[in-house]
This record gives sequence, C-alpha cells and structure tokens, in this order.
Amino acid sequence: MALKLGVFKLASCDGCQLTLLDCEDELLALAREVEIAHFPEASSAMAPGPYDLSLVEGSVTTPEDAERVRAIRADSRHLVTIGACATAGGIQALRNFADVDEYRRTVYAHPEHISTLATSTPVSAHVDVDFELRGCPVDRRQLIEVITAFLAGRKPDVPDHSVCFECKRRGTVCVTVAHGTPCLGPVTHAGCGALCPAYHRGCFGCFGPSGTVNLPALIPLLRRDGLDEDAVVRILRTFNAPAFDKELRK
Amino acid sequence: MTHRGSRVLHVGSLSRVEGEGALTLHVHDGTVTDARLEIYEPPRFFEAFLRGRSYTEPPDITARVCGICPVAYQLSACAAIEDACGVSVDPAIRDLRRLLYCGEWIESQALHIYLLHAPDFLGRPSAIDLARTHRAEVERGLRLKKAGNSLMELLGGRAVHPVNVRLGGFHRAPTHNELSSLTEELKRALDDAWETVRWVAGFEFPDARVEADLLALAEPDTYAIEGGTPTALRADGTNSPFPVRDFTEHVVETHVAHSTALHSRLDGRLHLTGSLARFAVNGRLLSPVALEAAVEAGLGDPREGAVCRNPYRSILVRAVETVYAVAEALRIIDGYEPPAHPYAQVPRVAGVGHGATEAPRGLLYHRYELDADGIVKSALLVPPTAQNQGAIEDDLHRLAQRAISEHDPDDDELTALCERAIRNHDPCISCSTHFLDLTVVRTSDPSAGGCDV
Repeated sequence: MALKLGVFKLASCDGCQLTLLDCEDELLALAREVEIAHFPEASSAMAPGPYDLSLVEGSVTTPEDAERVRAIRADSRHLVTIGACATAGGIQALRNFADVDEYRRTVYAHPEHISTLATSTPVSAHVDVDFELRGCPVDRRQLIEVITAFLAGRKPDVPDHSVCFECKRRGTVCVTVAHGTPCLGPVTHAGCGALCPAYHRGCFGCFGPSGTVNLPALIPLLRRDGLDEDAVVRILRTFNAPAFDKELRK
Repeated sequence: MTHRGSRVLHVGSLSRVEGEGALTLHVHDGTVTDARLEIYEPPRFFEAFLRGRSYTEPPDITARVCGICPVAYQLSACAAIEDACGVSVDPAIRDLRRLLYCGEWIESQALHIYLLHAPDFLGRPSAIDLARTHRAEVERGLRLKKAGNSLMELLGGRAVHPVNVRLGGFHRAPTHNELSSLTEELKRALDDAWETVRWVAGFEFPDARVEADLLALAEPDTYAIEGGTPTALRADGTNSPFPVRDFTEHVVETHVAHSTALHSRLDGRLHLTGSLARFAVNGRLLSPVALEAAVEAGLGDPREGAVCRNPYRSILVRAVETVYAVAEALRIIDGYEPPAHPYAQVPRVAGVGHGATEAPRGLLYHRYELDADGIVKSALLVPPTAQNQGAIEDDLHRLAQRAISEHDPDDDELTALCERAIRNHDPCISCSTHFLDLTVVRTSDPSAGGCDV
C-alpha cells in the first residue's frame, strides 16, 4: 500500500511546489514509491484523503484559507510546510506592518470585492505542523530529503545552523570580511548552499533566522557596512519579516 | 434528457494550470450568455508594499509574484527602473540577460508542454500517469526542462527566484568555461526540443480560432524576449506599435468583481499575449532552425505570413519557441565574452520608468515612480494573464457555444472542454489550483423541461 502524498497551496507564488516538479531526476522514482494523490498543479486526478504526508505551500491570508488549512490538517497524518510563506508568512506578511484596508484601496478599484485578512500568517499559527522546511524558495535537495525522511519514518536531516557554515564548506571568501558587503549569512538559516556569497552578493535572509541566533549583534555590523537604519529594517522585513522581527524582540 | 435549456455551470477550480480560479458558464435557452474565468487567488498586494522600498529591491521582490517565471519579473523590473534612471546596459549584459531568459523559456515551455498540456491531448490526468505508457516521452520532457533549469542555476544560482540578477546586470558574470560546461547538455536539449516538435505535431487539434488582437514586443532584427516595442497585430492584419511608456494608455485595466486579477483591454478591444502573439508578430525573425521547426510542426512559414490563431495548436508554437530558445542559448554561449564589468552603475534619479519583457506566457509590463533618494513611490505590474483573461473568456464562450449548438454535451463533457480551453492559454495566476468542483444549476426550460441538479 503506497503512502499517499498531498500537495496543497495557500497564498504563494507556486515556486515551492514547482521545486518538487524541478526534481526531474527523482520525480518518476518518487511517483513509484508514493501515490501522488492530490497535486492539482500536476494532475487533474485527485484522490480524497486521508493523506500520509501533506506538503503545504503558502500562507494564510483569507478566512477561507484559515478553514482550509484546518481541513487539510484533519486529513493528514503528517503535515509539512514548504517555504517561507507557509513557514513564516512570506513576502505578503509585509501587510502585517501596514494598514491592509489602505493596501486594498491602493491595488483594487473595488476593494469591497476583495476578501482578505489583515495579516498573513504561517500555517503553524493555525494548526500543528510536523515539520517546517524553510526557504524562498525551498531547496530541491532539502525537499527530497524531507519527503524521503517522512516516507522512511525518520527525522529529516536538515541542520538549523547559519549560512556561514555552508559558505565555509563551499570555500567562498567571506564577502563581509573581504569586501565589507552587508550580509545576513551569520543569522540566516542554512539550506540554500550559501548561494549569494558565491555570486559576490550578501545573503538577504530568504531562509529566515537560523536556530540559535543573536540578531541584535549583527545590526551594528550592517550599519558599519553602509546600511542606514531604513535599509536595515528593509533587509530584515522582506521574505521572512515576522520571523526576523520576533528575533529582534527577544 | 436534454442538457440545453437554461443552466449555470460552475467549475470550482482548475487543475494543471497555475491559477486559483473558477469558471462559471451561464446558458439560457441553449445560448451561452456569460462565460467567466473567476480568478480568486488571494491578493498579495505587491503594488502596495513595494512603496517605500529601495529602487534596488523590485527585481528580487517582484520575482516572488511568480515561481514559474521569476526571471520575467526580475528583468521587467530592471528594465523599468533602468529606464527611470536613464541607464542602458551594454550588449554583453543584454546577451547574458537573454541567456538567462532562454533558460526560463525552456523550463517553463517544457513544463507546460509535457506536464500541463500534453495530458489533455492524450486523455490522461497527468504526466506522471502518462509515464506509464509514454515513459520515454515524459523522461525527454523532464530532461528538456532540466536543461533550462541548469542554465538558470548556473547563471542565476537557482531555478526559482535566481539570486544573481541585479539592477544594471548581474552580481557576478560567469566565466567562459562555466558557460561552456552547459554546451553538451544544451546540444542534447536541442535534439529533445526537436523531438518535442515532432511529437506534438502528431496530436489531434480541434478547430478553434481566437479573434482577439495579438500583442507582443517587437525588435527590428531578433525574436523579442528581454525588451522591445509593444506591437499590436489587429484582427484586420494591421500592425500598430506604440512606445512602452504609453503602455497604460493603450492597455487599460479594470477591476471586475469576480476576480482578484485586473482585466484589461487593448484600445478597447480584447487582446492576447504569449506564444501565439509572439509567433504572429515576430515569427519571421525566428532563427533558421526554429523556422524549420515551425514548418515541421505544420504551422507554416511565418516569413510567408503564416499565423496561428488556434489556441489548441499553441502547444506547437511553444515547442517551436523551445527549439528557438535552446538554439539561441547555444549561440550566445558560443560567442560569449565576459562583460568588462558585470553590472552598470544605476544612479538614483527621481522619475518614472517603464519596462516590458516577454515572459513565457506573454508581455509583462512594469512601471515604477522613484524619488530622488531612490525610494519607490508607486509601482504598477501588468502580468500577461491579466491581459489574456478577457480573450480566454471569449474563447470559452465561443467553444462552449459551439459544443452546445453542435451536440449538446453533458456537464462532464462541457466541463472538460472548458478546462482544456483554459489550459490552451497556459494561464499563470501565480498559484496552484484545487480540485474541480462542479456545481450545476439548471432552471426549467419551458420548451425542454430541464432538471435541477
């Protein structure tokens, strides 16, 4: 009896579930191991739950999605969130620091037709979550690891140290030390493979804060390297704003 | 039992499209009175929260509108902001941008052809299911898609939301050797793209015709991808170009109640962007290998005026564009000389800038207003699917009406037909979809004695 996999989406860009389709080398092998029972983007055949493993992409931004995520939880043996939206609220959580009614009026001529919540919240704010995979987007290798781990009934091997560890392993020269480039690597969760510094760019935190982080200690370094106060706020309030905000308030 | 009479067909959502949308079809006495594609993807308010951000940020931020075509957002944003700041990048940077974009075209078109669209022609629910009987073809599709991703990963760092794009160019330009390392995979991809053309050319295509105006960017001497002049091919065959800065004077968006996307009209008429439009406006500028592929696909020779207006056959055009993109990537890599500097300096300038590029699904326009400190005062994004929505609904209306008039399909068949009509246009509603949940309300028809379901 193959395990049943469900892939669900709330408010998001599709990039994390696309990452599953980007596992070109593993996709057909995975389909042999599990029954891909519900994955609307990839298949019009949709089997009802319960699902052994549900992957949820996207954040909760509407009353309907708040209901839906509860229904998905009730129908899932394991629920894993994939990506910054589902795990931290995503870029759309910038509304949490603003007036959503003003946002509505800015974008839509008829704001009265637009149903939305004042906040964008992660799935874990609504239901219990078995594992949160970070990243905007998630890393393909980590996604395969998480699915494999749940299929095998073991804990995913997804370390929660900072990007700096990956940077050293990759052998990249530190962009902050060598060039004075502002970089969130010391406080950002590993998983991307330390991409940005390898491209001569400072990390901009798309995996959110790492497991043990002293974020306030990084702020003076960011200021030293040329970010003014507004720029510091902006870099921390981008793809994982609520998560970094929480670290600042600790 | 007859199905004609008056009925309301409601499709809760659609699969194998990137979009959270529903469909409602109103039929009264055998006449379709309303066909609506209702986009209900939760609003994410990009245009609102871009205000107050630095002018360097829209490329990374707007990428998150769409995981399927992030490069399109990044490069439309760069084009608009560079326009505001009076910067034009040198040809080597333009070439690299085009190369990255080729990666996205290959990946996105292969995704649509193999995983989203082909199952419709072969009567299967998914490519994964299709692999049981057509394993070699599905593997070929995945291999082709992977070649596009490899290009994006090398040049951009990753396939979804690449990290290497910045205002003025790239954070780091690849070395000649790095790019050359892709040549072998791309040569294989060119064979795969050709095989794709031959494969889809054998599908069966129902007759259909979109009547909308076709809108694509045009360049004088190349098949436009990373820039160009918006050019409308009217239904009467005339071409009307207009400057990108006048885009919103021609393409006017309105917000309709049933959608969280905004609807648009081109000079008051329905219009369509994307593969069909590009092929019609620019097909004569395809490279020799892609022109050969077009003929092989049965599309005819665009240099002799061949145009494709059948949305079912859009899969052929996508396959031809994939051949083009792979060959174009090989051409750029072959002649690559790293730029003197990976990016041009982009000074902070108060002003307004406009930019448009050809996303896989069609013309994507951005406009930004910046202040002297380089802070975004306002932002406007007009994605292809918002532009296409009216033409898609028109297409639905016509195809549903024809089916009802010809053979009175039952609800299941009509639903399947409507879904296909939508998938033909590859809508990208920056989202996924749920299962199809069909609600039919039939009111009694005095002549036919219908029933309620």
